[in-house]
Amino acid sequence: MSILQDIPILSLILLSPLAGLLVVLLLPKHRSGWMKTAAVTATLVPLALSLWLYADYDKQQGGAAFEEKLNWVDVPLNKELQDISEFVFKFQYTLGVDGLSLPLLLLTTLVTAMAALAAVHVKKRWKSFFVWFLLLETGMLGVFLARDVFLFFVFFEITLIATYFLIGIWGYFNRERAANQFLIYNGIGSAIMLLAFVLLVNTAGFRIDQAGEQTSFIYSGSYTDIFRNMADPTAWVNLSPDQMGAVNPFQMTDTMQWVLFILLLIAFGIKLPVFPFHTWMLKVHTEAPPSVVMIHSGILLKMGAYGLLRFGVLLFPEQARDWAVVLAVLGVINILYGALLAFRQQEFKLVLAYSSISHMGIVLLGLAAFNEIGLQGALFQLVSHGLISALLFLIVGSLFERTGTTELSELGGLARSMPFMSGVLLTAGLASLGLPGLSGFVGEFLAFLGLFESMRWLTALGVLGVILTAVYVLRAVLKITFGTQPERFGALKDARLVEAVPMIVLLAFILLLGCYPSVLTDTVQYSIGGLFEQLLATRAGG
Amino acid sequence: MYEGVSFIPLTWTDMLYLAPELALAAVFLLLVLLDLVMPGRVSRLSIGWLTLLGLLISLGLVLWRMLDMNRAGEAAETIELLANSYRIDDFASLLKIVFLTGTALTVLLALGSVRDDDAITEKGEFFYLLLPAVMGAMMMASSGNLVTLYIGLELLSLTSYVLVGMRRRSALSAEAAFKYVVTGGISSAFVLFGMSYIYGVTGSVDLTVIYSALPGALADFKALVYVGFFMMLAGFGMKIAAAPFHAWAPDVYQGAPTPVSAFLAVIAKGAALAVVFRMMFGAVYFARTDMEPDVSNDIFLALLAMSAAAMLVGTTAALRQKNVKRLLALSGVANSGYMLVPIGISITAVHSSSFSEFVYYLIAYLLMTIGAFAVLTAVSRAAGHDELKGFAGMYYRAPWTAAAMVIFVLSLAGLPVTGGFFGKLFILLGAANAKAYWLVAVIVVSSVISYYFYFGLVRQMFMRVGGTEQSIPVSPATGIVIWLCAIATVALGLFPGPLMSWIDAVFSLGQDLMFVVY
Repeated sequence: MSILQDIPILSLILLSPLAGLLVVLLLPKHRSGWMKTAAVTATLVPLALSLWLYADYDKQQGGAAFEEKLNWVDVPLNKELQDISEFVFKFQYTLGVDGLSLPLLLLTTLVTAMAALAAVHVKKRWKSFFVWFLLLETGMLGVFLARDVFLFFVFFEITLIATYFLIGIWGYFNRERAANQFLIYNGIGSAIMLLAFVLLVNTAGFRIDQAGEQTSFIYSGSYTDIFRNMADPTAWVNLSPDQMGAVNPFQMTDTMQWVLFILLLIAFGIKLPVFPFHTWMLKVHTEAPPSVVMIHSGILLKMGAYGLLRFGVLLFPEQARDWAVVLAVLGVINILYGALLAFRQQEFKLVLAYSSISHMGIVLLGLAAFNEIGLQGALFQLVSHGLISALLFLIVGSLFERTGTTELSELGGLARSMPFMSGVLLTAGLASLGLPGLSGFVGEFLAFLGLFESMRWLTALGVLGVILTAVYVLRAVLKITFGTQPERFGALKDARLVEAVPMIVLLAFILLLGCYPSVLTDTVQYSIGGLFEQLLATRAGG
Repeated sequence: MYEGVSFIPLTWTDMLYLAPELALAAVFLLLVLLDLVMPGRVSRLSIGWLTLLGLLISLGLVLWRMLDMNRAGEAAETIELLANSYRIDDFASLLKIVFLTGTALTVLLALGSVRDDDAITEKGEFFYLLLPAVMGAMMMASSGNLVTLYIGLELLSLTSYVLVGMRRRSALSAEAAFKYVVTGGISSAFVLFGMSYIYGVTGSVDLTVIYSALPGALADFKALVYVGFFMMLAGFGMKIAAAPFHAWAPDVYQGAPTPVSAFLAVIAKGAALAVVFRMMFGAVYFARTDMEPDVSNDIFLALLAMSAAAMLVGTTAALRQKNVKRLLALSGVANSGYMLVPIGISITAVHSSSFSEFVYYLIAYLLMTIGAFAVLTAVSRAAGHDELKGFAGMYYRAPWTAAAMVIFVLSLAGLPVTGGFFGKLFILLGAANAKAYWLVAVIVVSSVISYYFYFGLVRQMFMRVGGTEQSIPVSPATGIVIWLCAIATVALGLFPGPLMSWIDAVFSLGQDLMFVVY
């Protein structure tokens, strides 16, 4: 037993940014230095705690020991039948971690802390910037920790609102349009998600508890309850009406399962983003302030993949398996489309945005593989791309601050005046194109390997994307770092300490994952070992 | 022939039950006289404070009666006055609390904004006319009889016609009052017309008698029953401002003094919704269990169609709206759609919480709407108009008020963590429980559309720069309203449990509405 299990560690991680938010709120307006220090400290606390949690996490035992449960709201529904003793809606404040969410939790705290350091560039309205920034972190942590569908939704919406403000106020010239588009697309996504959750709670979340004479009707949003009900073929919701002897109002029919799966696929597909729903994300990448893009590209996109995995694939494994080809095709389209368009861009930020689309396609391939290797690849790719893209956008922010442009045609030869930053950019680029020894390689390799078992041709097509990636990354990075340097860039200063620290830290993690992938894969492996076989076996038995 | 009409005298005990309404009437009469004898130079705001006092007394009396009726371990008994034409039950009491609280907030808001409004010449009248208006709303909630219902409706309507036209020096106000009189008159006529048919086929105006006589009436006069109920629904639809009967709302809200707009949006709407609720469950619902389930299903379906139309029309019409009062009017149209959902969906073994959903949303709606109107009074006084661009740069000019407005906007859009979020969630879950999936889809779609214009306010406040950097003055009374509403909205968003438990504890569908005794 460790000390961590005696304290509510997950709540502490979740609430520490909120405590920082209160401190920032109370500081006087003109003390921008204090505020920045407070905000950065507030992001370092959850980072330290989550590192400790990661180190202490018992891989065999899983995260069960850390689960925290608190009845948030018991909403009684007027009961008109005399023979029911209780009829309630349960919303629970349930937090939990497992091998799927723990790496992403650590990624969140790490990238946010680095983004907070990068946010010292913010020029106006520091106070509200850091308030929204810390609220955003709370929301993201909550998304990865929540084990109740409505709690998940609440945190998901908090990230949406906070990001809207961060883009709309502190973004570049077209910030309002970008913020609006972000809000509408993601609003649609989260509304569809809410729709799916409401239907899910109505069917799979319903249970009848019988304790002696007392019969309770309970609607519960708890993920564990829903998961158990879905996985258990003898659960009430899975019985057909005739087996019940009477009308079963909330039977989980096949149609309902398909409807839910498709709704969840669309909802999280918009966030991911899957090919036709990606336009909003390009605007965000070009218009949002650098620290927010780091978070957006590094973490927010990952929430889509995480949600798809946690709610789409794990709750509806049969549907996901039947549609594995669809997922794989969508993934390949993302990879090739992203890569081809990244090649055509003249604006470095857009190159990176399209590259994100391409890389998220690999995650879809990993999910579509529907085996352990593929799933590991998908998660690895999530973490690795989170780190790499955060690093790349960090550099972009610093470059833009000095040169005032991110157009490829105007940049060049920066290696001469800024050797350190150019070196980091080059390494990050290499990681992005999947050079062995850096983290990008492992994720791509595992995902393709997983998929190769079942869909060889699609895998082959997807691998084409890797070649294209090398072409567009090198084209852009080499153009920026080498070649002739415009005269006006001659006197530019290299990275300051406050910029260099997050670059070095992110790079260190990229190297660590590249050289010792087992740091991450071990944690994931125990959680997903035999997961799919189990899931499908129980369904088949029913 | 005259079964429904019996002449039972009002006794002193009965008068005691009517104390909340009578208190309002007494305070109203006193204030009329006071306004008459008070010298012209004395500020009429004192009348405003006395109005507030009267409302609080009445609120206290309602609460006292309710606690007395729901003593621990005792089931609430419904009190029927005057041959069931006036019912004191938990349904009515809960709604009366909502109406009185809403009116009290409106008066407080008016205290903060009316003093400087030169267009309102009769400031005393402005305050005390709210008393008979809310009394009408209370009568509507309590009525068990079509005649009482109509009297309450007219009391509310006639006083609100006057209130809308209170800004005598403003042409817009006069136009609004005229439009409101005409449309209001038409809607009353529709209601009355429908009632006459129902009376004609059932031989009674008493809801209990109507419900038991309906099956027989359906056998002979099916078409007339349809006409009767559809006419009544159309008439109430106008009062509720549900589409397609909503077109008057933006014009009237725009011309009326802002506190009156808030009153119309919350109390007048809530009272008409309450009446529909009682009528649907008291009279129509039981017709479905008997021989003609189609008819009652059709009437419920018509209600749901109205609700869906209100949600979609309200939100899409608001998309291009640049005037905040008109915007809030259209948002009110969409919100009446949301509130009609629990009234229209059926009660099953696994879903019977319609009333909790309805009241919870009504309370959340009251708080966010009055709060938004309160912010609007401060902003429009500084800007001199009600246009959206008056909110520009509010972050710099009144950061705290802007923060409160963000809470109201989030609640209106149904985003966490606010009362509006849980209100909408409960309604959604209820609709899904009753398997009305198409309605669930409409609610979700209209919420998404609404993000666009609600966040338009946020855009103005936080992302645009106003023409001036001058801070926006917020008078203490307005400030109190804004913060009471904001805090309560967040509290409802964090802890919806206590309120829902309380409603559940005092209210029972069977006992309070369906006249069934277990």
